[in-house]
Amino acid sequence: MLLSLVTFLPSLGALALLLLRGDDAASRRNAKWIALATTTITFVASLFILARFDSTNPGFQLVEQRAWLLGLQYKLGVDGISVLFVLLTTFLMPLVIASAWDVEHRLKEYMIAFLLLETLMIGVFVALDLVLFYLFFEGSLIPMFLIIGIWGGQNRIYAAFKFFLYTFLGSVFMLVAMVVMFGQTGTTDIPTLLTYQFPSESIRILNITVLGGMQTLLFLAFFASFAVKMPMWPVHTWLPDAHVQAPTAGSVVLAAILLKMGGYGFLRFSLPMFPVGSEVLGPLVLWISAIAIVYASLVALVQSDMKKLVAYSSVAHMGFVTMGIFAANQQGVDGAVFQMLSHGFISGALFLIVGVIYDRIHTREIAAYGGLVNRMPVYAFVFLLFTMGNVGLPGTSGFVGEFLTLAGAYQANTWVAVVATTGVILSASYALWLYRRVVLGDLVKDTLRTIQDMTGREKLIFAPLVAMTILLGVYPSLVTDIVGPATQAMLGPVQDAQAAFEAQTQVAQVEEGAGE
Amino acid sequence: MTTIILFAPLVGALVCGFGWRLLGESAACLFATALLFLAALLSWAVFLSVDGPAQHIEILRWIQSGTLDASWAIRLDRLTAIMLVVICSVSALVHLYSLGYMAHDENFRDGESYRPRFFAYLSLFTFAMLMLVTADNLLQLFFGWEGVGLASYLLIGFYFRKPSANAASIKAFVVNRVGDFAFLLGIFTLYFLTDSIRLDDIFAATPEIATQQVNFAWSTFNAAELAAFLLFFGAMGKSAQLFLHTWLPDAMEGPTPVSALIHAATMVTAGVFLLCRMSPLFEVAPYAKNFIIVVGAATAFFAATVGLVQNDIKRVIAYSTCSQLGYMFVAAGSGIYGAAMFHLFTHAFFKAMLFLGAGSVIHATHHEQDMRNYGGLRSYIPYTFWAMVIGTLAITGVGIPLTYIGFAGFLSKDAIIETAWASGNSFAFWALVLAAAMTAFYSWRLIFLTFFGTPRWGHASHDHDAHAYVPADGTGSAPLVGTEHGPNDHGDHHHVPHESPAVMLAPLGVLAVGAVFAGMIWHNSFFGDHERMVSFFDMPESGEHSSDARAGDAEAEPIAEAGESPSEAAAESGAASEVAPEETAAAPGEGAEVLAAPLGGAIAMNEASEHVLEAAHASPVWVKLSPFLAMLIGTALAYVMYIRRPDLPRRIAAANRPLYEFLLNKWYFDEIYDFVFVRPAVWLGRFLWQRGDGTVIDGTINGVAMGIVPTFTRAVNRAQSGYVFHYAFAMVIGIAILLTWFTITGGAE
Repeated sequence: MLLSLVTFLPSLGALALLLLRGDDAASRRNAKWIALATTTITFVASLFILARFDSTNPGFQLVEQRAWLLGLQYKLGVDGISVLFVLLTTFLMPLVIASAWDVEHRLKEYMIAFLLLETLMIGVFVALDLVLFYLFFEGSLIPMFLIIGIWGGQNRIYAAFKFFLYTFLGSVFMLVAMVVMFGQTGTTDIPTLLTYQFPSESIRILNITVLGGMQTLLFLAFFASFAVKMPMWPVHTWLPDAHVQAPTAGSVVLAAILLKMGGYGFLRFSLPMFPVGSEVLGPLVLWISAIAIVYASLVALVQSDMKKLVAYSSVAHMGFVTMGIFAANQQGVDGAVFQMLSHGFISGALFLIVGVIYDRIHTREIAAYGGLVNRMPVYAFVFLLFTMGNVGLPGTSGFVGEFLTLAGAYQANTWVAVVATTGVILSASYALWLYRRVVLGDLVKDTLRTIQDMTGREKLIFAPLVAMTILLGVYPSLVTDIVGPATQAMLGPVQDAQAAFEAQTQVAQVEEGAGE
Repeated sequence: MTTIILFAPLVGALVCGFGWRLLGESAACLFATALLFLAALLSWAVFLSVDGPAQHIEILRWIQSGTLDASWAIRLDRLTAIMLVVICSVSALVHLYSLGYMAHDENFRDGESYRPRFFAYLSLFTFAMLMLVTADNLLQLFFGWEGVGLASYLLIGFYFRKPSANAASIKAFVVNRVGDFAFLLGIFTLYFLTDSIRLDDIFAATPEIATQQVNFAWSTFNAAELAAFLLFFGAMGKSAQLFLHTWLPDAMEGPTPVSALIHAATMVTAGVFLLCRMSPLFEVAPYAKNFIIVVGAATAFFAATVGLVQNDIKRVIAYSTCSQLGYMFVAAGSGIYGAAMFHLFTHAFFKAMLFLGAGSVIHATHHEQDMRNYGGLRSYIPYTFWAMVIGTLAITGVGIPLTYIGFAGFLSKDAIIETAWASGNSFAFWALVLAAAMTAFYSWRLIFLTFFGTPRWGHASHDHDAHAYVPADGTGSAPLVGTEHGPNDHGDHHHVPHESPAVMLAPLGVLAVGAVFAGMIWHNSFFGDHERMVSFFDMPESGEHSSDARAGDAEAEPIAEAGESPSEAAAESGAASEVAPEETAAAPGEGAEVLAAPLGGAIAMNEASEHVLEAAHASPVWVKLSPFLAMLIGTALAYVMYIRRPDLPRRIAAANRPLYEFLLNKWYFDEIYDFVFVRPAVWLGRFLWQRGDGTVIDGTINGVAMGIVPTFTRAVNRAQSGYVFHYAFAMVIGIAILLTWFTITGGAE
């Protein structure tokens, strides 16, 4: 029951808000407090998940199963890979609600959207049934679409549509693949599918030989969905637009949690279910990731809009994630999970940081700022800390993920590691340059003359993020102890299957050679 | 005890950074300083007592993933102990000095508290540096490596209102990151090869690595050579070696105590420390070692040439540091890590002293840094003058030739020049000798321009505002400028340079003692006496210990091909070195067994390096005399040009305009890098963004979408309202109904 409780608690809060009448100041205050209380209680409840989670057991835990209509199953459960994403979501949501404290426009609906979104996001991470997963995965698009489309900036309609169409188009392929999987196996149960070996004999379509056969095709279909979600180069262009137009709280959720659904999907479906497909297309994905890192970092270098800069740096950091996953070794996958969690804190915080000054000056143009340290020392300190996290300085959580994924990639392909490691130089360039232009220097602009430092509420929002960034940087075992056994258990069969496939192809090639 | 040394500065940094409001500014700063003195005392105790093999102290688990296992841990051996002493002593003295130097800083406004921040950064730096040198695995070393980079970034940009300081701090961080890029790849390579990043495991595996080939990027390399090259590139960044040196002179934008601590005595020597720490690896990578010699020698020469013509007192010393680091690399590349550490050790004393002395001069002349505006300061600031003279005597290497009596630099630098000769690399030898002459020239030039001749500081007042670093154009900030930098404010102390307070002079005195005696006391332990050196660094007895000779075998083959190799050079020198090739021929059968025995001790020296050491000890008289003669020539030239004929420099500069400009503009490295790297990166970024993201990707996708979507929507429009939010709400409601229905009916079953 615990997982269902955590998943649906936020919707209960949303329901309560729906019953709330009126749009005066008192009801707005009530709405805020109800939302904050709901998300906080959800977080506390999710701590019980962690308490009851046994990290030595690599299988699914706290499993709930119930019959549903049409023979479908309602099945929830967590393992070492997903449990921390649940916690990331519940941890961040109260902060997100608190960051939206001063919103005036349709506040009640705003809060409802976030609460519904939380249910859907948690659902994605705990669902153990294909149909259920798909519902949650697609469902989460809608509240986000509304958040951008209603509470966004000037170009919000364009951005909302771009966001919706990109991600939705990708998911269509996933739906097709799910139907095929059901036809093949007769089940939609994820744990069962994880043990099923999809056929990997080469097939010919339109005179093209598809190496890895069905696995490769299924892999591609899932890839289309998750790659857009991540987002991977070259289907990343929706992200900067969405981020720039989204309200601060929306950007935080988008960057910190929604993007992680793509990475989670790779880990839950693509890699363990289609190991041969991953083997066939892995090198390509590794290269795309490396290109993403360099490309997005270079583009970040020339941005004049703060949010766009942070958005492109997100694309670069997600490049490390996909690179780690498809390096398909312990360090790579551990690093990928770690990088996603760490990016949740760091990029979330960076968007909040942009939000702090946007709330005051109402522009995201970097050129409009400068010398903020003179009047905002606390802000300057927090900004510096997360800049260093973004740069991947050892001692912050940003380093661990970057290091592990690169160490994993090096074992898979040294060229990719070399190209990706240049990201270390580029990230320092764009992040420090941004910091310099916004925070350092003398304060000469008239508009900034009366700017105030962070309020108590803002400090309270940042405090947990600061704590997590440093804690995970100094003692990452908190995460790796939970993730490690699960990835190890997952990678064993994957590597076996890949090795078997490789041996098989070699035999086939030899036979072919002999035949001629 | 080492744990206390390690964490005392961290406590100081945290207290200063966050607790100063409770304690009060001065108390917080004093507290941090006191902690550093405690750490310094303890580290001397460790230095004098440490003995035997390396000790390991585990503190906390850190990154664990599969076989990759790194903990926070302390490795304590001789090498660590030397660095502890250097870091803690210099840092404690710099803390003390800063109490005086930073007391009133006109870069900040009245009522701004900047001192606790400064001390917090200093202590933070010290902590990171200690983490670096006590690291038990490569990852922790990298933590310290980046940590000092961060502290350096913060301290260079300490005057955050100065655009030049902000630019310099970014440059320092990014250029260092270029080195870190290679360093990281080096760590990955070693992890890939040995399945561990613990130093002990890597050292144990070095003989094996030396025989392996590894695919890396475009080609296949010898594994040991590849790892050694990559690590050395990392070291080049941190230690400002040629091509990655450009950040160091700019780093002088930071307050002067920072330059003394970070950019002279400690952080920049981290690269040298890395080479010594990883000596078992470098000992099996002869090509990498040769490369190190060449780069080190080239840097020593290049930086010295630039130092000849600089006018900013701190930049002269910065280039001098760069040049001296080159010396250390030559020693390390020759396999004589003892000499490298020796020079690191002595250099820390006299270079820190020169910087603190320069700081005292700058303090005295009210933040004037241009030597052309000094002159005749000798009688105004006598203590500073004598400290600077002692520092100069030490760096130029004054001593009694052919004996072991002299200033610190005399012993350590001559040791390196002898090593360079013994290594057989004649380019390195001559480059270092020439650099020694130039060192003497620019060091004395600094002294003569600053302390002798006619006072020129009276005329400097008119452009004084340019040095106050407050934008003169800002109309809004004009009142602030007025109140702070009013002419009356300056009048008192501007025209009469004043001696610095005792807190600033005391560190100079302590460092002076080191600059005079450090060389003579420890010469034998670091370099001079082979027996003492072996026990000092806990190295296995050479000759008797078989593993040494065997490890020599492992690289004998590359040596034969290398031609300009250390052992061959040693053979030329007449030292008993024919053994090496003979043994190679004689012992191939033992190869397998041989590989299992790695080199031990705080530093490792293989057979070839042992021969270089012997050859260096036995170098002929003219070699031993050459640095001394070079020093005399340089000194004499400086004397002639700046005391006897002060008009001469200008005439020489005018006569050799292109050369002078070339040197003054630092060989145009900054301009070239800007043209080759910075602009293309920005251009490429813009191109990818506008063309790549805009035209190609969005263009294609939008093109497709605009083609399909409208037709699609038109079709749907007939049935529905066609309004964006109606779609969305319809979907939400639809899904909600679906879910509810499923749940209810599902529950009912």
